[in-house]
Amino acid sequence: MEADNKRRPTAIMQKIFSAITRYLSMVVLALGLFGIIIWISGKNPIVSYRELFGSTLGSWYGFSEVLVAMTPLLITALAVALPSRIGLINVGVEGQLYMGACAATWGALILFNAPAWLLLPLMAIFGMLGGALWALIPGLLRAMGLVNETITTLLLNSVAPKLVAFFVFGFWHSSMDTNKTPNFVDAARLPTFFGTRIDLGLVIGILLLIVFWLVMKHTRWGLEIRAIGGNPEAAQRNGVPLKVYIVAILCIGGAIAGLAGMALVSGYYGVLLTGFSRGVGFIGFLISWLSFGDPIGIVLTSFVVAIITTGGSMLQLTTALPYAVINILLAVALFVVLSGINLFPKRKTA
Amino acid sequence: MADRSTTDAHVTPLISMRSINKSFADVKANDQIDIDIYASEVLALLGENGAGKSTLVKILYGFYQADSGMILHRGEPVTILSPHDAREQHIGMVFQNFNLIPAFTVAENIALFFPDLDAVVNLKQITHQIERISERYNLQVDPTMFVMDLSVGDKQKVEIMKLLLSDARVLILDEPTRVLVPHEIESLFNVLDSLRADGYAIVLITHKMKEVLEIADRITVLRQGRVASSLPVIEASEDKLIELMFARKVAEFQGIERHELPVEAEALLELRQVSTRAEGAQVSLKAIDLKVYPGEIVGITGVSGNGQRELADVVLGKLPVSSGSIFLCEEDATHFSIRSIRRKGVAFVPESPMAMAVAPYMTVIENMAVPQIWRYSSNGGLMIDWEAIKQDYSASMDQLGFELPLYSLTRSLSGGNLQRMVIAREMAHQPELIIASYLTSGLDVRSAIAAREALVQARSQGAGVLLFSDDLDELFALSDRLIVLQGGSIRGRFTPAETSYQEIGYLMTGSGASNVHGS
Repeated sequence: MEADNKRRPTAIMQKIFSAITRYLSMVVLALGLFGIIIWISGKNPIVSYRELFGSTLGSWYGFSEVLVAMTPLLITALAVALPSRIGLINVGVEGQLYMGACAATWGALILFNAPAWLLLPLMAIFGMLGGALWALIPGLLRAMGLVNETITTLLLNSVAPKLVAFFVFGFWHSSMDTNKTPNFVDAARLPTFFGTRIDLGLVIGILLLIVFWLVMKHTRWGLEIRAIGGNPEAAQRNGVPLKVYIVAILCIGGAIAGLAGMALVSGYYGVLLTGFSRGVGFIGFLISWLSFGDPIGIVLTSFVVAIITTGGSMLQLTTALPYAVINILLAVALFVVLSGINLFPKRKTA
Repeated sequence: MADRSTTDAHVTPLISMRSINKSFADVKANDQIDIDIYASEVLALLGENGAGKSTLVKILYGFYQADSGMILHRGEPVTILSPHDAREQHIGMVFQNFNLIPAFTVAENIALFFPDLDAVVNLKQITHQIERISERYNLQVDPTMFVMDLSVGDKQKVEIMKLLLSDARVLILDEPTRVLVPHEIESLFNVLDSLRADGYAIVLITHKMKEVLEIADRITVLRQGRVASSLPVIEASEDKLIELMFARKVAEFQGIERHELPVEAEALLELRQVSTRAEGAQVSLKAIDLKVYPGEIVGITGVSGNGQRELADVVLGKLPVSSGSIFLCEEDATHFSIRSIRRKGVAFVPESPMAMAVAPYMTVIENMAVPQIWRYSSNGGLMIDWEAIKQDYSASMDQLGFELPLYSLTRSLSGGNLQRMVIAREMAHQPELIIASYLTSGLDVRSAIAAREALVQARSQGAGVLLFSDDLDELFALSDRLIVLQGGSIRGRFTPAETSYQEIGYLMTGSGASNVHGS
């Protein structure tokens, strides 16, 4: 016991050090490879990078836009990270997010007279229910041993936006446009801070990550989740109710994704637009795997990805590089991380 | 070669290993080990778990490289960097888990092993070779049979034949008798006898003292990575070997005192006509009737893969019952969840702890907490009382005399320690019913005795035990009743006094012996 306590600080330092080197070398490698691509396309990579970072980290406004872009990424990444802890691959965040946004919008439309303190929590609950119910389908199918959740969640992704479109085109669209609802009333908008577009969603995202970390570390559920993730066969024999966890964890993941959808329509957009997400759920998936489902990793990776995406829009305006190159940069980052497993082999635990 | 005189062979050993050192991280697995392997001899390597036997032969077979030391072949230094090199030096090894392809025939499996197999395989010629060898050494196996249809004993014969046909002169056998039933062991020893007579050198790794004394010519005892002693078999006795293995006397396990069960006792566990449907590689159970009373140990044996795992799983609630019913303390538990069954006081020591009992990347104490977590969590699961967990499991380990690092990753435990951990965990809460599969596999003599004593103690406190094992010594010493499983059905029920090893062995393999006693 004493020996353990003595060893702990150095072990933690080692862990932090190796995490920092891992992330730094990832960033450097990704930027290097991407620089080559910029250079091939006839632009000066140094100038481009100066643009990219200057437009995002160079000003308070730029920085606040990064945080705005980061908000849904944090939450969707968590919606992937939680199920991944018991070995479930939730590719369906995009669809769950749409269903969450749809349910939250329904709440905003029927309860438009309610005050903000009542309406916002109700919209959040609606959003979470929408996402959770959407994830219940793959959860049940998986628990019954019928279909792998990777396939069902992926397939449901293309169904959800169609359902949203059905409701918007058919019932909810404003008199001006056919592809979006009327703007939400003020009571249905998440409060923003400091006169920027940063909204309460960011706070919710950070809080959820902290709760996630605490649950995994200190509670019985965290222990049982880790037991399942470590060896489902053994966990089951030790009496952990595996099927209950599969369904519950996928639904909670869906609920978190639904909350991200609610935060997007209630905060960023203030309106439900068909096809609004543009792949936020997929980027969240990417972030979760890039950061190995680790909460701090999720925050850091979301931040970096947010810089790339917001900076990318700027790059497009100022240097005539197409926005698509940003996807190349993300892909390069993923590639580096995946190969990074071999570049930095885990040290043996002494 | 057969006519080489024994004295001549003893002048130069076929293989010598000199000053072999090998460390893994901080652990010295082999410390200045010297051994000599002579032609026409069976050398037994004896030692408790972690004594360094496996490491040593794996160095000889080229799986590991020694940190220092040398290997001599007829007095000439050789370098063995891979199993391929070892085979060039005519060294061959039979592993505990055979390396055979089930969907191939015996001849095809053996052909695959030839180092210089022709592009067009002449199976006829190989078959001929096999037949010649089989006859000479009593290794009767039909070369045209598919390996999946062979018994474990026959598979082992194929493995030995593989080595003989590829010109091995030194045969290393890693616990060859572990998987065999008594009459198969006898026939293996006959084979080894005739191989010895033909000048082969045989290295036998085993835990079983009786077999060593029966078959070996010389015995090398390893203790904590060093050679404790090398002695000819005539100087050895069981007591002496145990003393050498442990450096101090170990009390022999005495077995249980049997007592009559009260006739009207309430059964702790009752299976009525329980059948299951097989999925994948499972065996389906067929109309199993079984009762376990408080205070008795029911031993269940069979050749592995004849329904033992399925029977344990069905009692644990993991495998659904397709017909029939299960009662725990007179309560219908047929459709109970695993957790409800565990909360009823059912403990489970699985056959393979790493695969079936623990999550490797959690600490020992976390893994200990999982099965009984409902005892230690409060506020619906928000808090866990780690202090109480530590106290309970430390007490359990103290009682068993085990010492385990509670805060290490479970992955870092050795096989024996892992088994100790699972036993300490399952015994910690005075279980009512203990399902123990291969309780002592991987344990050295001393820990095995501690584990068995724990079972006997639980029995005397009124627990019922379902003990799955293929170690007949253990079963005869421990069981109040014995049950033989074959092909998913119960083939025989005995008290140890009414039966013999031979009878059980024949029932296990499904051959003969129709005199099935009533329960």
